[in-house]
Amino acid sequence: MEPISVLEDRKNQIYRKGQDSFDISCEKKSLAGAVSQRACVFCGSRVVLYPIADALHLIHGPIGCASYTWDIRGALSSGPELHRMSFSTDLSETDIVFGGEKKLEQALVELIAEYEPKAAFVYCTCIVGIIGDDVEAVCKKVAAKTHIPVLPVHSEGFKGTKKDGYKAACDALFKLIDQNRKPEKQIPLSINILGEFNIGGETWIIKEYYRRMGIEVVAVMTGDGRVEEVQSAHRACLNVVQCSGSLTYLAKDMEKAYGIPFIRVSYFGIEDTSDALYDVAAFFEDTPEIMERTKTLVQEEVKTILPELSALRKDLTGKRAAIYVGGAFKAFSLIKALKHLGMAEVLVGSQTGNKDDYALLREMCDPGTVILDDANPLELAKYVMEKDAHLFIGGVKERPIAYKLGIGFCDHNHERKIPLVGFEGMVNFAREVHETVTSPIWDLVPRKSFNRAISKKG
Amino acid sequence: MIPKKIKTIPYTATRNACKMCTPLGAALVFHGIEGTIPLLHGSQGCSTYMRRYLISHFREPVDIASSNFSEDTAIFGGGDNLRLAIENVTRQYFPAMIGIATTCLSETIGDDVPMILNGMDNAVDDTILVHVSTPSYTGTHVDGFHGAVHAVVERCNPLTGKTKDDLKTRKKINIFPGMLSNEDIRHIKEIFTDLNTEFTILPDYSERLEGPSWEDYQAIQKGGTPVREIKTMNLATASMELGSILAGTVNQGGESAGSLLKERFDIPLVSLGFPIGVKATDLFFSHLEQLTATAMPEKYKCQRGRLIDAYVDGNKYVSKRRAVVYGEEDFVVAMAGFLAEVGIIPVLCASGGKSGLLEKALEETLAPNILKQVTVHQGMDFTRMEQAARDLNPDFVIGNSKGYTMSRHLNVPLVRVGFPIHDRIGGQRILHIGYKGAQELFDTIVNTLLQRRQDTSKTGYAYM
Ligand code: SF4
Ligand code: SF4
Repeated sequence: MEPISVLEDRKNQIYRKGQDSFDISCEKKSLAGAVSQRACVFCGSRVVLYPIADALHLIHGPIGCASYTWDIRGALSSGPELHRMSFSTDLSETDIVFGGEKKLEQALVELIAEYEPKAAFVYCTCIVGIIGDDVEAVCKKVAAKTHIPVLPVHSEGFKGTKKDGYKAACDALFKLIDQNRKPEKQIPLSINILGEFNIGGETWIIKEYYRRMGIEVVAVMTGDGRVEEVQSAHRACLNVVQCSGSLTYLAKDMEKAYGIPFIRVSYFGIEDTSDALYDVAAFFEDTPEIMERTKTLVQEEVKTILPELSALRKDLTGKRAAIYVGGAFKAFSLIKALKHLGMAEVLVGSQTGNKDDYALLREMCDPGTVILDDANPLELAKYVMEKDAHLFIGGVKERPIAYKLGIGFCDHNHERKIPLVGFEGMVNFAREVHETVTSPIWDLVPRKSFNRAISKKG
Repeated sequence: MIPKKIKTIPYTATRNACKMCTPLGAALVFHGIEGTIPLLHGSQGCSTYMRRYLISHFREPVDIASSNFSEDTAIFGGGDNLRLAIENVTRQYFPAMIGIATTCLSETIGDDVPMILNGMDNAVDDTILVHVSTPSYTGTHVDGFHGAVHAVVERCNPLTGKTKDDLKTRKKINIFPGMLSNEDIRHIKEIFTDLNTEFTILPDYSERLEGPSWEDYQAIQKGGTPVREIKTMNLATASMELGSILAGTVNQGGESAGSLLKERFDIPLVSLGFPIGVKATDLFFSHLEQLTATAMPEKYKCQRGRLIDAYVDGNKYVSKRRAVVYGEEDFVVAMAGFLAEVGIIPVLCASGGKSGLLEKALEETLAPNILKQVTVHQGMDFTRMEQAARDLNPDFVIGNSKGYTMSRHLNVPLVRVGFPIHDRIGGQRILHIGYKGAQELFDTIVNTLLQRRQDTSKTGYAYM
């Protein structure tokens, strides 16, 4: 077998801790022909806005962009489920030639009449950027006609990366908040949860923690989201931002416009969840009961999950994990969570990390860890093999790489159906890791030199 | 006989599409050619989405490169990006062939791909560059599929390769199976092998998209039609092309891989629908018997006998049951034929495809007394399908996973067949064709209906 070659132009996006001394290069456009695991601007926008369940999400473009994103995400709703529909203007050749504005308008008007959404988002895909439809104008017109907010999302796929899609989504959210803002009073002891998408019910878990702490959640953006809630977001005292900054743009805009401060948190793993809750409690220092309640909550929760975690940890100690995720922020939490299970990371990568993210990763990781930016399947395979990983944490596109090579896999993407946040999420995560890493099937896979079986190797 | 029309209010947007976009079909075909990497000329997102979609069905690595448009590319043209992408793919994968499919984006800005590729052949050693034009706004994944097969055959069989002597050395049969499952492809190969006939099947992703667990990394998984075999397709005694809609397109003057070989090299072309069910498989074998001058092996006669016996055993469970069948047009026609043959009425035959040939193909497949109970709809999405199905009182729906939402709303079971199967394991292993395939389909349908009766009965008989 020939060694897997790494493209010259990619070498400065691959870093080995303890060996290399250069600064990892990042935030670049993916190299043509490199088979990046990244998606596009549209994907970023769709991820962020999708969970708003009573909004209409219309994808303006040819059918593919809509077809491939139909109901694939695990974002749950406690009420309406309009977000699970896939609406597309399904542009045809004549539309490409003569423009798609008419079709867009008609589609919007019909859909709004039939489904009665509280707002509509129109996602511009690549083609729209080329044929030059004035989506802004159409949205205005339809909004005037239908009396609901109709917001263009400028998510043309080629105009950047997934991160630009987050920004486009944040712009739309900010407009939604700002347009209809009434001078309502601030709600005391309240927060907005940003960057939480209710995958497998995660929003509900987190909201429950805040309820127990005595904090009111005004709006979640966008998990189990509703238009009306989003529109009151300006009334909260604090924005608590999760995830790799997908909603940091919005938090910054809201800080500027309404003076709402924000903090960044993560709800993955015991440490990060506790830190998140403590940070929020600390913000409301004038109400010390909140901190008291938070302490009790964390103690209770940790006590409940520790026995099971330690039991699972026994089998997992010393096992090696590879992590490849969209945003680097998630990787930080995963590294900590893995340490809790006695596992070590040997490969960590992200699609969209920035300089600071990678600097932090470099500090956090064990020596010898391979750090990758915007990797491709060949590179991922090369390094998981080299590092002899027992577990791969990633999304659907990484799964076959792991499985083909006889490595356990844990889905940590938006498509999963199991909640992984908070204390109970940590148990779910540990169980999932344990299930896959200790499966007896690894005894049967042909890569014997590389035996994953717990039963054989301690 | 004109089938019934649906009376739903027309609307503009597509709601839950029953189709995918054109390059996906092309990418699938390129995965069925040995050592080939698909490269989409367009933005990164399209490739990634299609990879994810295909991976979820096949549960195998699916690498699709992208020329990765940026804003500059969109304005100044994608030539440089495409060249760079080809070089990088070559450096990483050492492919025998790169299958370049355009996307809506590169088509709309009007990139002249053949011109860009001109002169690139030297830059990439022996790698063959094949180009297929696949703007999504003119068709569905099925068009991309057939387009890619055609492009590969055309590229590998230039007219200049034709000599008189070649006629004497002709011996094999070309088979273009259309968009079938891995198991279907394997079954066709088994049949040809059993008939002792040399053949080239294109595409053949049955190994690459369902290979064994690896001992070592494979940049491009093993399997696929070897390029050298595609290059000798012009030496065949005949070509066989499956898919009744495809046949209809060719009849109307459209070009397919088979019709190209016929025009360029006088290779007779046999076109027929997917061999799903007894009657369609009989037709398939009768063509094969003629082409190979070999009688149907005993093995298949036995399969046929057992199948008909099973039809008899199960006749009362299925007779007069009503089904909604959907998916690719070729698939719908063949599946409707099978359902009708066992007594199930395909009350709604729907597809997201829009060839304009679906009605006619069904007219040719179904007997008039069945046809008059059938509603046909092309260019249909799942929302409209659900509305239409509601009035038709189906007992079950049959098609890919994407119909699950509809089946749930209608509260009838879904029998999963075709592509994609995203909510079950093993979709790539479903056998649809041949007597064996019909056997599996029949058993599944009967058992689905029985289970339904059992689950919904108050008594809960354990003996049905
Ligand atoms: S732009 Fe065209 S090719 Fe790309 S995903 Fe959308 S429909 Fe498919
Ligand atoms: S066409 Fe553009 S927006 Fe749509 S999937 Fe492709 S890259 Fe993304």
